Amino acid sequence: MQWEIVIGLEIHAQLSTQSKIFSGASTAYGAQPNTQACGVDIALPGVLPVLNYGAVERAIKFGLAIGAKINSPSVFARKNYFYPDLPKGYQISQFELPVVQGGSIKIQVGNIEKAVRLTRAHLEEDAGKSLHEDFHGMSGIDLNRAGTPLLEIVSEPDLRSSAEAAAYAKALHTLVRWIGICDGNMQEGSFRCDANVSVRPRGTEKLGTRCEIKNLNSFRFLEKAIDFEARRQIEILEDGGSIRQETRLYDANRDETRTMRSKEEAHDYRYFPDPDLLPLSIPKEWIEQVKAMLPELPEARRNRYIEDYGLSSYDASVLTATRETADYFENTVKQLPAQAKLCANWIMGEVSGRLNKENIEISQCPVSPVQLAGLLARISDDTISGKSAKDVFDSMWQNEYGGSADAIIAAKGLKQISDDNEIEKLIDEVLAANPQQVADYRSGKEKAFNSLVGQVMKATKGKANPAQVNTILKKKLLE
Amino acid sequence: MLNASLKQLATQLLEKKISSVELTEAFLKHIKSLNPELNAFITINEEMSLAQAQVADKMIASGQAHPLTGIPVAQKDIFCATGWLTTCGSKMLSNFVSPYDAMVIERFNQVGAVNIGKTNMDEFAMGSSNETSYYGPVKNPWDTLAVPGGSSGGSACAVAARMVPAATGTDTGGSIRQPAALCGISGIKPTYGLVSRYGMIAFASSLDQGGPMAKSAEDLALLLNVMVGFDGRDSTSLQRESEDYTRDLEKPLGQLRIGLPKEYFAKGMSNDVASAVEAAIAEYRKLGATMVEVSLPNTMLSIPVYYVLAPAEASSNLSRFDGVRYGYRASRYTDLEDMYKKTRAEGFGAEVKRRILIGTYVLSHGYYDAYYLQAQKLRRLIARDFTEAFKQCDVIMGPTSPAVAFNLGERSNDPLQMYLSDIYTIAANLAGLPAMSIPVGFGGKNRPVGLHIVGNYFKEARMLNIAHQYQQVTDWHLRAPAGLFEAK
Repeated sequence: MQWEIVIGLEIHAQLSTQSKIFSGASTAYGAQPNTQACGVDIALPGVLPVLNYGAVERAIKFGLAIGAKINSPSVFARKNYFYPDLPKGYQISQFELPVVQGGSIKIQVGNIEKAVRLTRAHLEEDAGKSLHEDFHGMSGIDLNRAGTPLLEIVSEPDLRSSAEAAAYAKALHTLVRWIGICDGNMQEGSFRCDANVSVRPRGTEKLGTRCEIKNLNSFRFLEKAIDFEARRQIEILEDGGSIRQETRLYDANRDETRTMRSKEEAHDYRYFPDPDLLPLSIPKEWIEQVKAMLPELPEARRNRYIEDYGLSSYDASVLTATRETADYFENTVKQLPAQAKLCANWIMGEVSGRLNKENIEISQCPVSPVQLAGLLARISDDTISGKSAKDVFDSMWQNEYGGSADAIIAAKGLKQISDDNEIEKLIDEVLAANPQQVADYRSGKEKAFNSLVGQVMKATKGKANPAQVNTILKKKLLE
Repeated sequence: MLNASLKQLATQLLEKKISSVELTEAFLKHIKSLNPELNAFITINEEMSLAQAQVADKMIASGQAHPLTGIPVAQKDIFCATGWLTTCGSKMLSNFVSPYDAMVIERFNQVGAVNIGKTNMDEFAMGSSNETSYYGPVKNPWDTLAVPGGSSGGSACAVAARMVPAATGTDTGGSIRQPAALCGISGIKPTYGLVSRYGMIAFASSLDQGGPMAKSAEDLALLLNVMVGFDGRDSTSLQRESEDYTRDLEKPLGQLRIGLPKEYFAKGMSNDVASAVEAAIAEYRKLGATMVEVSLPNTMLSIPVYYVLAPAEASSNLSRFDGVRYGYRASRYTDLEDMYKKTRAEGFGAEVKRRILIGTYVLSHGYYDAYYLQAQKLRRLIARDFTEAFKQCDVIMGPTSPAVAFNLGERSNDPLQMYLSDIYTIAANLAGLPAMSIPVGFGGKNRPVGLHIVGNYFKEARMLNIAHQYQQVTDWHLRAPAGLFEAK
């Protein structure tokens, strides 16, 4: 039987506010345990939550970016359960009326583009952290993270493969950083994925029983966990078994998922509207204000790069993977509007390769877009060869000669010989010195041509424009 | 002096006839003599109170006195106060010393009032008799066989026994007004949102409201001036222009239409209460008020609605008491779940557990719509009844409690009977309306009777005016239980 995998993702994006969603404590990562937890975060008796409107603004931004409806009012609800790192015994979240409803995001897998629908995105607070090591058999609780604002982004079950799931997660990851609402740092837990996976016979409508997989903290693990889980479910069904609805945990070391809790053990969260917080109303003017702040979105830029600069869809996607990369490209191409493809090739090739090697972000690139454009201009006007350009780039990276392409070219004497007369003169000298090879070529030995080119290049220390050398040499030999 | 009004005390302090330290010492002495029998206070801290009194004396000396500077005020043990044991009447918080001040405490501190102690209360404000306190029941100073009412029973008793000139209370379903009535004092629950809930340990967040308890309407007005105010730390706090609640006290009543809900006077009220309330209404007629019959058809649904909504919120509000970070933790347990179970089983009393169970049940999957949502709908109907009634009248009057104080132990095993004590008071909480109780006489066994006055939203100043004018022509509010001032 042919099986179809059906996946929906729940992604928790930590919103980049300075302070927590319901208290004034800092959200900075990495502080000493419990030094960033105030009375509200540790749930002292009598304390009350006060909403951080910065978190709401980020949620609105997200909603606008995916073309969703911004609900007004939306309602905060309490999700009740006991756990030591949940100080109030409930998490403030949104249940029936989330702040963001609907919307969609485009993904591309291979050559196929598809729109993935979002169910909703709601605001909630994060829990603290339980530390199970180094406490002599006891557990420690760190409440620094308690109350950190999260946007939980829930997709419809529109994804059909682990590759699509990863593409969707990456597209969201790009978007939330692009619009500046989340730093996207997966190691620090700023962007976390859970996947709902089920399988069904291809061609059928009815959804299979799903399992939720937790703890997917990289795109690679997301793909692997989904692949494992789909295989597991298919094997069970093909053996005549049935799937139990449950929550499963992905173990990256063993590359497998295993039961965390079954449906029967699932909590009854007893959601109800939080009486400490009034329904959140978002006036139209606020939405308009946020809309005005919104930058051009990745999809719009991608399309613009294809239309205005004639880039391929692939190039346009790579260049819009982050806003910083896109801005870098944009600032480079602004100097050289006719050479967009050359700019794209260099940024995706030399620049990105060097950044990877040095493990730094493009925002910290020592070669600025203007500097790079200076170099690319010299390639496009044939001042230097592609080979010497790499040397110039290397010098720029080291900030030699003030990092200016022209200064480096001059200082290192890399200027290409492109003067027809000069090249002709050189070729004449070479031809005169190598009568045997000239004769060989004329008698049909093609290889002799390359040898002659080599002689010319050698005589100019590689600075002669190879294309011109080829043309003129051919002309001379045919005379 | 122990019987003096706040205004009289302030004058004596200003004229340096007495210092705040002397005043505080005098009340502390009285507390110490009466508290062993009445049990109105959970915590007395002479050192901290006297330190505040010294600060107050300096404020007065430097001409910075506010009308309440130097005056001792007892604080219900539901308000967090820095350095004070803050128990909420529960074993669960029997070791909790608050690291911060509630807004109400902050406000009293700012004007230089003296915190003279933390008053006893029903555990987590759940009760109508003060018998659910982990610290033992409070006794009614008019008759020590009787309950003082609850949950602010300690505050009511302390004011009635003249152990303090004034006290704070909180009111979720009648917890200021019912004990005020049963102890023969005055108390007001303001419009929901006027007094910040910050630092007031939550019972049912959408109903809880702090307010003052004192001998007279005039004293209540002075106290409200301190307690009311916007607080950015409470999202349900209302941002309004500040008012002087004493401004209308002396005004003649003028055109006053008093609404008498026919449902209140139909049945349920005991005869002694009925005759005291009718006498008070007759007094208002003499003062020129006109009586209008109004109807609150859904008011009898208040108790079932309340006992769905309040426990629902409470079951969640009390989840933080889990033994993990502060408060009581069971001494022996095998694992995390066992720690939770034992801590909460040992730390909470029976009434609190009952309400947590009810609340958990009505919020559970499959029951939520039938109970919680249904109750929310009825809550709106109950509020609408008042809106309709206030088209015909300025205030609504009736009894605060259907009967005078009952005996200790009489209803403690019959929760339904106990819940009925609040039948007249709960609706105001459900609607968020201001409501008050003032003493209007005595019923059976010479136990006090309270008159309940409900006003429209933000009509506190008018209500205090109405109560004050009554207190100008009667002296029920000046009566104190006999025998209190004899040396023990």
